[in-house]
Amino acid sequence: MPDADHRIYLLAGVALFAIGFYSLLVQTHLLRRVMALNVMGSGVFLVYIALGAQTPGPIPDPVPQAMVLTGIVVSVCATGLALALADRVQAATGRVELGDHEDAADLPDASPAPSEHHKGTPSA
Amino acid sequence: MTAAWAIALLILSPLAAAALVFAFPRCGRWLALGTVAVVGGASVQLTWKVLTDGVQIHRVGGWGPPLGIDLRADGLSVLMLLITALIGLAVSLYAQRYFAAHESERPLPVNPDVAASRLSAAILDKDSVRRSAETPLRFKSPTRELVRGDRNPALHRERYFWPLFLFLWTALNALFLSADIFNLYVTLELLGFAAVTLVALAGKRAALTAALRYLFVSLTASLFYLLGVGLVYGQCATVDLASLAAKAQPGPALWVALALMTGGLIAKAALFPLHFWLPPAHANAPAPVSALLSALVVKGSFYILLRLWIEAFPALMTPPVAQLFGLLGAAAILWGSVNALVQSRLKLLIAYSTVAQLGYLFLLFPLAATPEGGFTAWSGGLIFLGAHACAKTAMFLTAGNILHAAGHDRIQDLDGMTHVLPVSVFAFGLAGMSLIGLPPSSGFAGKWLLLNAALAQGQWWWVAVMLLGSLLAAAYVARVLAHAFTRVEEPRKPHPIAPVMEWTALALALLAVGLGFASHGLAELLRVGAPVAGAMLLGGAAP
Repeated sequence: MPDADHRIYLLAGVALFAIGFYSLLVQTHLLRRVMALNVMGSGVFLVYIALGAQTPGPIPDPVPQAMVLTGIVVSVCATGLALALADRVQAATGRVELGDHEDAADLPDASPAPSEHHKGTPSA
Repeated sequence: MTAAWAIALLILSPLAAAALVFAFPRCGRWLALGTVAVVGGASVQLTWKVLTDGVQIHRVGGWGPPLGIDLRADGLSVLMLLITALIGLAVSLYAQRYFAAHESERPLPVNPDVAASRLSAAILDKDSVRRSAETPLRFKSPTRELVRGDRNPALHRERYFWPLFLFLWTALNALFLSADIFNLYVTLELLGFAAVTLVALAGKRAALTAALRYLFVSLTASLFYLLGVGLVYGQCATVDLASLAAKAQPGPALWVALALMTGGLIAKAALFPLHFWLPPAHANAPAPVSALLSALVVKGSFYILLRLWIEAFPALMTPPVAQLFGLLGAAAILWGSVNALVQSRLKLLIAYSTVAQLGYLFLLFPLAATPEGGFTAWSGGLIFLGAHACAKTAMFLTAGNILHAAGHDRIQDLDGMTHVLPVSVFAFGLAGMSLIGLPPSSGFAGKWLLLNAALAQGQWWWVAVMLLGSLLAAAYVARVLAHAFTRVEEPRKPHPIAPVMEWTALALALLAVGLGFASHGLAELLRVGAPVAGAMLLGGAAP
C-alpha cells in the first residue's frame, strides 16, 4: 500500500474525479460540461501517478506514467472533438445546452429548420 | 501470409486507407472496397491459422509484456473480426449509392443569426451569450465556413463518411485484437470518437444533439473505465489480460476497480438502465452509420466485459454478480421490446429493438459462469451476437431504403410498401425472423443454445424472459410488416432507389438466417482459447 505521502495524491485524484463527475451531472452549459470531463480526467491521471510512486525504491514505476501520457493525448483529442461538436450544436440550435427530449422525436425527414423558438435565450 | 502479417494488416490497412482518403477524397469509395478485400483476406487467413494452430500472439516490435503491446487472436477475437468484416463489406457496398441518393436533400440547417453567438463567451457571463445570440455574425469559425461553402451537403457527407468509417473499422479491429486492458481503453476511445463523429455526419439539429450527448456519455464512461484500469494495475501490477487471472486477489480495491470499469462499459454497451443515449443516436444517424453502431460499436464494449469478467477475473464472478448481469439483461429485453412496440417511427423501433437484443447478450454471464452448459451458453450468446449484427444491419439498411423511397419512416403510413420496395420488405421480414428467433435462423440457433444451458442449470427464470422477449419481438416485427403488406388502391410513386441498396440488405438478412446452419462450425471456432469449458448441449436437456 502507498505510504501517507502518496496517499494524499491518491485521495486528491479520487476527489477531483468525484468533483468532475458531480459537475458533469449538475451543470447544463456545454462548455462547463467539457471542463468537468477534463477535471475528471485530471483526477484519473493523478491517481495513476500516485500509484506509480508506490514502488519500493526511489525510482517510480514508469508504466503508469506512460499510460498517463497516452491518456493525455486521448483527452486532448476528446476535448477538441467535444468543443467542435458543441460549437455545431450551438450553431444549429442557438443554445448552449442539450434539450431534454426534443431530439428523440426529431427524425431526419421531419426536422424543421431552427425556428424562432429555439433561437431564444440560453437560460440556465 | 503469416499470422503476424494478417494481424498487422487488419489494423494497418483500414488506418492507411483512412489517411489516404483525406489526401484523395474522390477515391473514398474505391479505397473502402480495397480495404474490404485486404481486411477480408486477412480475417480469413487469421481464422484458418487459429483453427489449425490455436491462439495466435503477435508481440508488436518484439518487446513483449510488460513494456510492449501484445496483439492476440483466439476464437472469440476471430469471430468478432469476421463479423466486422462482413458488416464492413455490406456497409461499403450500400454506402456507394446511399449518399448520392440523398443528394436532393435540403442543405444543413445552419442559421447565420444563431451561429453568431460564441460558445466561449458564455462561460463566465450568461448574459453575454444572450446578447451575442441576437447580434449579427461577428466571427467566422472554419467549420461553419466549410458547411456553408459546400454546395452539396450529400457529397460533403460522403466525403467525410469514408475516412470516419475506415477509422471506426481500425478501432474495432484493434479492439478485438488487444490483449491488455489499457490498450482496450485506447481502442475504446478511438471507437467512440469515430462513432460520435459519424452520428454528427447527418448534420441535422437532432443528430448533432444526439451525437454530443453520446460523446458525453462515451467520455464519462471511458474515464470510469480508465480509473478502474489504474486501480487494477495498482493491485496486480499488470494490465495483461492473460496474466491477470493468476494475480488477481479478490479484495475491496479490486472490487471497486471492477465496479468502475463495469459501470463505464455498461453505459457504453447501452445496457438497461444506461441505454438512454442509444435510441436518439442510432435513429438520427444516416442509415449505414446506424447499422454500424447497432451491429458493431455497442458490441465492442460488451466484448471487453466478457474478457474482463469471464477471462481475467473469473474469481470475482460470484453467483450474485452473475445474476445481477442477467437481471439487467432481462430488464433490457422487456423494457426495450415494450418501447419498440409503441414507437411510431421505424428507425426508433429498430433502435429500441437493439436495446432489447443487447439484453440477451448479458444473459450469457449467469449462464456461462457455471461449468455445466457453460460452453453451450458461451457459444449460444456469441452466435446470437453474430445473428443480431447481420439482422440489425439488414433492418437499418432497409429502413434507410424506406426513408429514401417514401420520404418518411412513420410506421402507420407504410401501407403498400411491398409494392414499392418488395426486396427491402422481404429483407426486413427475414431479418425480423432472426430477431424473433424462428428456426432455422441464426437467432434461433443462439437462443436455442442459451435456452439449453438455462434448462440444464435449472435457471428457468431466464427461459421465461427469453420466451417473453421473443413474443414481444414477434409483435413489433409483425406490426411493421402488417402495415407494409396492407393493400392500397394506388401505390405511391416512390423515389427510385439503387438496386445495390436493396440487395445488400437482402443478402445480410439471408445471412442472418443462413448462419444458423453454420452454428456448429462457429462453435468449433469459439472453442479455440475459450475461457469456459464443458460439452455442447444440443437439445434433450430439458428436465
